[in-house]
Amino acid sequence: MVQEAAHPLSKYLRQAMMPHIWCSGCGNGIILNCFVQAIDELEMDLNKLVVVSGIGCIGRAAGYTNTNSFHTTHGRPIAFATGVKLANPDLEVVVISGDGDLFAIGGNHFIHAARRNMGIKVICANNFNYGMTGGQQGPTTPLEAFTPTSPYGNIEHPFNLVHLAAAAGATYVARWTTLHARKLTQSMQKLLQKQGFSFIEIISPCPEIFGRHNKMRTGLEMMEWFKKASVVEHSSDPAKAEITRDKIVVGEFIDIEKPVYEKLLHEKIQAINHKDEE
Amino acid sequence: MTKKEKFLSGAHFMNGDIACAEGAIAAGCRFFAGYPITPATEIAEHLSQRMPEIGGIYIQMEDEIASMAAIIGASYTGLKAMTATSGPGFSLMQENIGLAVMTEAPCVVVDVMRGGPSTGQPTLPGQQDVMQAKWGSHGDYEIIALSPCSVQEMFDLTVEAFNLAETYRVPTFLMADEVVGHMWEKVIIPPIEKIRLVNRKKPNVPHEEYLPFMPDDDLVPPMACFGEGFSFHATGLTHNERGYPQTQSSEVQERLVKRLCEKIRKNTDNIVRFQEVMLEDAEIVVIAYGIVARAALSAVRKAREEGIKAGLLRPITLWPFAEKKMAAVAKQAERIVVPEMNCGQLVREIERVAKEKPVTFLPKLGEDPHTPMEILEAIRRNS
Repeated sequence: MVQEAAHPLSKYLRQAMMPHIWCSGCGNGIILNCFVQAIDELEMDLNKLVVVSGIGCIGRAAGYTNTNSFHTTHGRPIAFATGVKLANPDLEVVVISGDGDLFAIGGNHFIHAARRNMGIKVICANNFNYGMTGGQQGPTTPLEAFTPTSPYGNIEHPFNLVHLAAAAGATYVARWTTLHARKLTQSMQKLLQKQGFSFIEIISPCPEIFGRHNKMRTGLEMMEWFKKASVVEHSSDPAKAEITRDKIVVGEFIDIEKPVYEKLLHEKIQAINHKDEE
Repeated sequence: MTKKEKFLSGAHFMNGDIACAEGAIAAGCRFFAGYPITPATEIAEHLSQRMPEIGGIYIQMEDEIASMAAIIGASYTGLKAMTATSGPGFSLMQENIGLAVMTEAPCVVVDVMRGGPSTGQPTLPGQQDVMQAKWGSHGDYEIIALSPCSVQEMFDLTVEAFNLAETYRVPTFLMADEVVGHMWEKVIIPPIEKIRLVNRKKPNVPHEEYLPFMPDDDLVPPMACFGEGFSFHATGLTHNERGYPQTQSSEVQERLVKRLCEKIRKNTDNIVRFQEVMLEDAEIVVIAYGIVARAALSAVRKAREEGIKAGLLRPITLWPFAEKKMAAVAKQAERIVVPEMNCGQLVREIERVAKEKPVTFLPKLGEDPHTPMEILEAIRRNS
């Protein structure tokens, strides 16, 4: 009998939680795969890693990752992660969540963590809709897209997430699609090595729900859209990176350094206590 | 206090909010996240100065939702954590209070109650959040809530709140009111080494055998924290002892939710505290808490001078409700008088256990708590 070989990355996943809940054709598996590859390539200490998710399909990613993990209430992973990072700055704190969680109900926490330059890393799976509740329209749903709550076509302007992140002060901002698996893994490695607030948006296929309403019924059709529309434009103006049917600008938009909140805070604490001792 | 002394001790004159902040420091709190709100702001202001002096973390978050989430994060990372707010902020915290209950995150929430509903009367006192403290988040659960009636108790009960939160892994509330928060009184602070402190139980099993939600006999699971080598998962979803989601199992739901309730209910006798004044032969019993209990005490003393057998029962613990004690007192009394700064909250619980005994309820809304005379008149009625 041939012994089944373990997948080289299986140690990074909680096997007891499998099978996962994600639909066929969903991009979340690719995102999780790229994430654990990035961890593996960086030989990260799993004991120092904390993965936090909110609510939504990708929200299960925290639990699937075999490390310290926490699944918060809807919209609050960044606020929870702020508490973790400040309580122990030696921990690498990564938030993996969806567009609705991070930018609708949780949008305030995103912009304020970016403004403070809190040293946490945010990975957003953007599938243009609320998949878990059945595909309702959300903050990134494209204009004129059909969803169960925009049956006549969406009339709300979507957020351009990379522009929002850059404007709020993020020190690293990138966007990829799940088609760009290798680039995405490299980008995640970079994100994990940054000091300050860092953000990757990943355009992710949701054929079972979003695609079904928008003439892209299979994962393949959605990936073909990404392939046709994606243009790599590194360091381009995030303001011009709006997502349209014809063009999805991907690449690294922002890669800067500036003082990190928790470092400034601990320097203040040291300075205050040093003064006391004099 | 010289700069070198990190902890206050001895006699001090301070207001209740500052006493609460110093109580938190004495209790070992090293993480505070909050958002400015009257009449609790002084707690945040004081801690923004004091936390760095003792190597702790102070952060002003973008709202109370974030503040509550951040203290749960800090608690799971091993720090004793607190936030402080008033009614509107307390309302915003409710969903994440449920998360703290579900994930058994020890933490302390201070609610310096003002007049509501909505924005209400920010600078005036109230006791209108008492039921919200018990029932504010969705689902079935138990929490612990304490009610300070003096500046001294703002210090003492903040320490106690941390000890209870750490013992039972449950969010614990200090339900103060604007008067107690803002009034100035003498506070005696014991030397730090004389203050009894409780820390959460830590697991004593090998890392790979650790089940984060497997309770001991006291129904409380030992708690590992991030970065300690235990790779574990916690979620607001219904979960098994391993912490893994079990969203379809009625058995797991029943086992978990019952335990979350029972770890408090079965320990009620160990948790509840009250003050009894002249209850032995009391025919008229006043049950009052917070600042109202101060006026009630004065009223009871005046009634005794008039020959009326009056007594005071002051619950220091509002939740869990001291049902046994209340029932025993009600049984002995001829009549019960309940003054509250609301339209009738704790009185509902008192009526429930008092059964056929008459309960006179004295509501009070607005600027001033009840005067001793108002309570005395209610004691005199029919006696």
